[in-house]
Amino acid sequence: MEAHFSPSVLIANIVLMAMLGVITIAIIRLRSLFAIVMLGGVYSLVSAAWFQAMDAVDVSFTEAAVGAGISTTLFLAAMLLTVRTAKPSKPIKKRWAPLAVVLATGAALVYASVDLPVFGSAEAPANAHVGKAYIEATPSDVGTPNIVTAVLASYRGFDTFGETVVVFAAGVAVILLIGFGERARAASDWRGKDEEQDENFSDDSHLILRVVSKFLIPLIAIFAFYVHFHGEYSPGGGFQAGVIFAVAVMLYALIFGLKAAMTAFPPVWARAGAAIGVAIYGMTGIICMINGGDFLDYDYIFGPPVEGAHHGHHNWPQITGIIGVEVGVVVAVACVMITAFYAFAGRVPEIRDEDW
Amino acid sequence: MADTSLFSPENLEAARVFVGSALALTGAVFSAAGSIGVLRFPDFYTRMHSASVTDTLGATLVLFGLMLIGGWSLVSFKLLCIWIFFMFTSPTASNAAANGAMKAGLEPFLGKWTGQKIKIEGQEALRAQEDRE
Amino acid sequence: MLVAATLAVIAAMALLLARAIMGPTLYDRVLAVNSFGTKTVLLLGFLGFVTGRPDFLDIALLYAMINFVGTIAILKFFRYRSFGVPLVASKNSAQGEE
Repeated sequence: MEAHFSPSVLIANIVLMAMLGVITIAIIRLRSLFAIVMLGGVYSLVSAAWFQAMDAVDVSFTEAAVGAGISTTLFLAAMLLTVRTAKPSKPIKKRWAPLAVVLATGAALVYASVDLPVFGSAEAPANAHVGKAYIEATPSDVGTPNIVTAVLASYRGFDTFGETVVVFAAGVAVILLIGFGERARAASDWRGKDEEQDENFSDDSHLILRVVSKFLIPLIAIFAFYVHFHGEYSPGGGFQAGVIFAVAVMLYALIFGLKAAMTAFPPVWARAGAAIGVAIYGMTGIICMINGGDFLDYDYIFGPPVEGAHHGHHNWPQITGIIGVEVGVVVAVACVMITAFYAFAGRVPEIRDEDW
Repeated sequence: MADTSLFSPENLEAARVFVGSALALTGAVFSAAGSIGVLRFPDFYTRMHSASVTDTLGATLVLFGLMLIGGWSLVSFKLLCIWIFFMFTSPTASNAAANGAMKAGLEPFLGKWTGQKIKIEGQEALRAQEDRE
Repeated sequence: MLVAATLAVIAAMALLLARAIMGPTLYDRVLAVNSFGTKTVLLLGFLGFVTGRPDFLDIALLYAMINFVGTIAILKFFRYRSFGVPLVASKNSAQGEE
């Protein structure tokens, strides 16, 4: 089917943009951190819908996976560690110099936007030079239907390697700052373990939640693998799949407790997996080097390419390389996310009454 | 040679798309009506009633309408998956929210709503608790 | 008709957004945000059909899953002040479990 840009989509774009503005102002003005976290989730919901209306489906997918699921949960987990009294808002002082700077910058940006190419214009720099070359070369070079995957994992494989290392470094930083979170495992004073002791919560029943979650968690994990292995044909890929898998583990921890989650998916696995994922990515590149090519030059992954060999619809060395690095990405991202969640959630068993 | 009967393939095709669109539109209108209820009803439990009932019915109509338009394809299968997911998650989330609100001490508003600002027991305490966070 | 339906869903989203911002309690916000997620999924479906590219429903499917996790996370954290506590079934139904 041919894509076309209808007026209704234009209206949808405008309304969604307006919603983003309203949400931003509300986030600035609200004092309740819970409300702000929730509106942050809504913000990413709206922007993902907007990205899809603009045909940027892979970006939309990432926004959907990261913004709505992981960041809400991690923000809440971070609230375990913050000061729990919101500061009273200070009276606004009139500062003219910053206001002038901000207005000048804004005016400059608005002025610059006049020179931007028309939306969807074929002459836009993004569509004219390197983007066009990728679109023309992908079918013969790589042969994956989703060009985004080809660009991400093959043409710009080195950049993606850098991104994976950045994610890994972020996980290491979280561990260095706040520990492994295994303190929670050792803590024996979990509330809920001994129901009779805690009268406030003794008549809570979560039977429905438990039964439904038992059904949902495996489906979410399966969907993560679908997103991963279908990444060459549809939006999605390693990053998104890793995040979705981490969400499945988080849901398990939310319903059945952190201890059960740490038994099902030990923190040691998560830490080792983060390193192994990056190593898989790097090894894929090194195998290419051993076979005589450049780093991440997938044409050499099975050995030097045969001159003049005709390949059909699929260029198998390229696709093997892409799958190899995507496996590395999915393992690394999922394990880093789970590590960060364990670190935050396991840092403090619970907030005491005097701190709440 | 053209099949001119009422049930010719072309007519059936057009009817399928029309019925699908009509179902989807009905569902969207249900959703919008539910949202008006969420905005206008006086307390949390009535708002939840409005939101959860129209969520499931509206989503069902919309998704089945889109399935009719999509025909027998992977798209329809994905829509079916979304629908199954909704049928599990949406009532469960509503149940969890209502359960949590009730246990936290938010009392349902009972009586006649006269239009002016009403006092709901537990609301102020919950709000204070939220603001402290 | 699909265009009208799309606009109706967008209007519904705007109304729910107002409720999410106004509150007044956290549960009202949770309710509005959860319902907002449902409407977003419907909007994604509609956008796919209106623009003639219904192949990208994976995003809608993803939202249907992830929205639930976010809702449960907020509700649990607000009540138990912790992520680590297991949510137990009530004592009456506990015999049937495991």
